[in-house]
Amino acid sequence: MSEALKLQDQDMTPYSTGDKAMRAELSEIDASIRSAALFFTISAISWLLLGTVFALIAAFKAHQPDLLADSALTTFGRMRSAHLNAMALGWGNNIIFAVCLWIMARLSRVPIRHGGMLLIAGAFWNVGVTVGIFGIIYGDITSVEWLEIPSYATPLLAISYALIGIWGILAFYYRRSDHVYVSQWYILAALFWFPWLYLIAQIMIIWFPARGVVQSVTNWWFAHNVLGLWFTPMALAAAYYLIPKVLGRPIYSYYLSVLGFWSLAIFYNWAGVHHLVGGPIPVWLITAGIVASVMMVIPVIVVGINHHMSVVGFHKEGWRSPTIRFVVFGAINYTITSMFGSAMALRSVSEVTHFTHFTVGHAHQGVYAFFTMIMFGGVYYMMPRLLRREWPSSGLIQLHFWGSAIGITLMVVALQTGGWIQGMQMNDATIPFLDVVKNTMPWLKARSVSGLFLLVGHVAFAINFFWMLFAAGAVRAKQGPTLLEDEAKGEGAAA
Amino acid sequence: MALLFCGIFAALAFSFSGLILTSNMQVGALNVTTETLEDDGDGNMVMAEGEPMFPRPEGGLALQGKQVYIEMGCIYCHTQQLRRADYGADIDRGWGPRATVPRDYILQDRVLLGTMRTGPDLANIGGRPLNADWHHLHLYNPQTVSEGSNMPPFPFLYEVKEIADTPSQNALSFKAGSKYAPEPGYEIVPTRDAEALVAYLLSLKIDYSLPEAPILD
Repeated sequence: MSEALKLQDQDMTPYSTGDKAMRAELSEIDASIRSAALFFTISAISWLLLGTVFALIAAFKAHQPDLLADSALTTFGRMRSAHLNAMALGWGNNIIFAVCLWIMARLSRVPIRHGGMLLIAGAFWNVGVTVGIFGIIYGDITSVEWLEIPSYATPLLAISYALIGIWGILAFYYRRSDHVYVSQWYILAALFWFPWLYLIAQIMIIWFPARGVVQSVTNWWFAHNVLGLWFTPMALAAAYYLIPKVLGRPIYSYYLSVLGFWSLAIFYNWAGVHHLVGGPIPVWLITAGIVASVMMVIPVIVVGINHHMSVVGFHKEGWRSPTIRFVVFGAINYTITSMFGSAMALRSVSEVTHFTHFTVGHAHQGVYAFFTMIMFGGVYYMMPRLLRREWPSSGLIQLHFWGSAIGITLMVVALQTGGWIQGMQMNDATIPFLDVVKNTMPWLKARSVSGLFLLVGHVAFAINFFWMLFAAGAVRAKQGPTLLEDEAKGEGAAA
Repeated sequence: MALLFCGIFAALAFSFSGLILTSNMQVGALNVTTETLEDDGDGNMVMAEGEPMFPRPEGGLALQGKQVYIEMGCIYCHTQQLRRADYGADIDRGWGPRATVPRDYILQDRVLLGTMRTGPDLANIGGRPLNADWHHLHLYNPQTVSEGSNMPPFPFLYEVKEIADTPSQNALSFKAGSKYAPEPGYEIVPTRDAEALVAYLLSLKIDYSLPEAPILD
């Protein structure tokens, strides 16, 4: 509680008043990580744009199979996998390294030492992802879901990850804060969990393949935990940090955040087996996975209550703050997608949704509508503090928000509606399979349209970002942060 | 703080040992077997003498074809697993005669169960009445044999050749008047990769019983 209360005394904007000593300390910390965080953010946004292009190619090919069909390089399986890896390892991991290491350093109240080394490790990470995605496109794809990167690129990824992750752990180890805030637990745990998951998956599937379907169990233990024990805790850590910071009020309940953290830690990592419901693996494993998936209701409700109660009553302020608008959108989607996830694990529901586009929609709601939207919020909060200047255009932020929000909502609704129909029809053997395929076409076309919305959002984001980064002279000096409302009444108002 | 770290460690160690290590013990202990077991007189069920063993090992051209299957990313639209008769319609659709079980996969270096059925399941595609000619036409351009499919064509696995004296034996045989057929005087022949891929598809068969998963009729 005390830490949460203290949080609200810290800076609300780079220019707001507060404890002078603390302000100086935060500036020092920001300066220590500036070049590395900027590098990670630039890399992340570049991968986001490239990943969007791969996504659109894959999406259009799903209903226009003749598109770019003359080359093996652009066949569906490779474009789809290039998209997934560009987004997960390129966008996702880079933006985590940027936002969450920065949050970790700030909460631990220690400057990052040897930021240059972190930068070099980051460069190697991006070389690894680049080599990996070239490998996928040129046919060295492994066809193991979420682990498509060929084996010649993965050691580079593992080593550079270790070098990057250590910085977060060191910042925590040398912390000067007397209290450990909930965001720090999440980040520390995730930094530790991810390499374990990745290493075990590489060893047991690629390097020394385990016997038979143990590979599949390991595959989904890994792939689901990339979401559950890597993206999810990082996004929750960011939300737990950003909401009190921007709104200037403490998190609703310290005890709920403890409960939420430990129940997530215990239940989430058993849940992955639900991707194999009905499959050729021992039934007790599947049952364990279903139980854990349903138990996930506990951390989700707890976190949902905690976030909701922290924002409630501040809707107007929240709506005007780019950070809070994105973060709240993400937090709401966390609750929805997790509830869907628990339901989808049930055998009776999985019988319909398994093997269909429903799951694809669900995955995008998790990774995009939840994780990515919160990370966007984190970038909107972090950049002004790193660069000491404001976002140049609130119009572009609006465009980004609406492009992303409408795009992802359309995508999830289209894929889940279409996927449910597909599943029901697939389970009716009297309907010819080709008819089932044809009936998914309108929904797949809607998915492509949703991708165009997302493209618009991402381009607006990138323009605003690079404008802020490079055209320093063009950015007008302002008294306050960029808020999302009419310029006339927005200036000078409290954040 | 040590407590926090221990908790973080224990959480993942719990699922790692519970899901991965135990399934490795259970599935790792499975071996090839005869289709049925017989009583040895002492109440032990043992393998029948002289009977063939299943599952069959992977090998030959089919194994090279599996590499093509992996490189082309077929797994992203096709599963290789059959669910039991009263769960889903896998058996009713004629995709195979029985559900697949862990033992079916023990000899595979890379298990390709898949999680998506944009296209049909392929666990038993070699056991269905589709011959190599059909598969080649379908891979060259799915519209030739299943119009309206959204499967991508794989023309880069085939070569367009000028017909020399006599047409090649393995040239694709298009239906008369097919708009996908090559111009007169030319023929479409499979590359080695296409031959291997089709060999792999034809090798995917669930045509044997296992003691724990008999084919019933």
